[in-house]
Amino acid sequence: MHKGISCIKAVEMIPDGATLMIGGFMGSGTPHRLIEELVRQEKKDLTVISNDTGMPDYGAVKMLAGHQIKKLYATHIGQTPETGRQMIAGEMEVELCPQGTFVERIRSGGYGLGGVLTPTGLGTIVAENKRVIEVNGKDYLLETPLHADFALIAAFQCDLLGNLTYSLTGRNFNQAMAMAADTVIVEAEHIVPVGVIPPDMVATPFICVDYIVERCCPNGR
Amino acid sequence: MDAKVSIAKRVALELKDGELVNLGIGLPTMVSQFLPPGVNLYLQTENGLVGMGAAPPPGMGSPSNVDAGGRFAGAIPGAASIDSCVSFGLIRGGHLDLSVLGGLEVDEKGQLANWMIPGKMVPGMGGGMDLVTGAKRVIVAMTHSAKGAAKIVKKCSLPLTSIRRVDLIVTEMAVIEPTENGLVLREIARGITREQVIAETEASLIISDNLLEMPV
Repeated sequence: MHKGISCIKAVEMIPDGATLMIGGFMGSGTPHRLIEELVRQEKKDLTVISNDTGMPDYGAVKMLAGHQIKKLYATHIGQTPETGRQMIAGEMEVELCPQGTFVERIRSGGYGLGGVLTPTGLGTIVAENKRVIEVNGKDYLLETPLHADFALIAAFQCDLLGNLTYSLTGRNFNQAMAMAADTVIVEAEHIVPVGVIPPDMVATPFICVDYIVERCCPNGR
Repeated sequence: MDAKVSIAKRVALELKDGELVNLGIGLPTMVSQFLPPGVNLYLQTENGLVGMGAAPPPGMGSPSNVDAGGRFAGAIPGAASIDSCVSFGLIRGGHLDLSVLGGLEVDEKGQLANWMIPGKMVPGMGGGMDLVTGAKRVIVAMTHSAKGAAKIVKKCSLPLTSIRRVDLIVTEMAVIEPTENGLVLREIARGITREQVIAETEASLIISDNLLEMPV
């Protein structure tokens, strides 16, 4: 199956109101072309699951001007003051999770688990309305899985089947998110022939990837 | 000496050769500039690298390699790229020797608040809650007070980062160790009196029998 798709068509698949996971950490390992296209197509009422909203001038912060995000799950929004402003003003719902909990919720969503037990957040406001479960005499918080309609992920290399490698801190949440959505769309720095990535180097196996965003066409989209 | 520089220099004396250390954004990042001779660390950055290196020269950074503040980072020989699951597994699972973080408040129980001021500043906790909960040792590096308001308080008024008692508080005025019995004043900066420290601290302090001058 040929998985190539234009950036425009990839985003056209996403309906208003969809739940999206977007990979990246402060703009590193972030699918920037897909985000720009979400902005251009003015997708609305999105639920976005992403560690942050990027840096002041790039990343998911670009979706804030048009109020495209209805609900945001994130861990740190300090680099993009507009996100905090919209949260405090009640223009966007934001659920802040500890970062280790955030990625484990995504992992459990992708791995068929009913959630994770973590000591992080016990006794803090993060624990409000959550179950505390004792295991071997120690308390843990039950944190529930996150799952999305679409995962928009960034990779270093992607072969024509969809096998992925990541580079340095560009890996971040992409590997977990590639397991945790109904439809996974990858934007790779390099698209390479099958065989270029040795099996031992594959971080995300091709079966997780549904669509590969084609290289930029001359109009830049 | 600049307050932040003296705090960073004092924290640096706590580091041991070969440790895996996570330095928070801002002041804690400065600690790596003042490592004692013979101390080499492995810096963990929670966004996915064990063995983070110095920032590359201007124009040589890679968007695929940033520190926890989103700035271009380097990688030392032997560095390992990891995904966020592994990174926080290292943090919560007892594999991280030391976490150095900034603070807004620390109280008599040694509990830290450093991630939000409700209704005003809500940057989010990022990796902070996992770091304070899971690291083998936690040092809070912060200025002693903020615009005249004490930051070492009887009880935190801001939302806690973790219920775990931190291991050490280093400010430009003093080094304080939270213990079961309360906050123990261990060191005072040169030129500062005990009375000045007490006056700028809302929490009760237990004066160490072996009170020392900060060696920076």
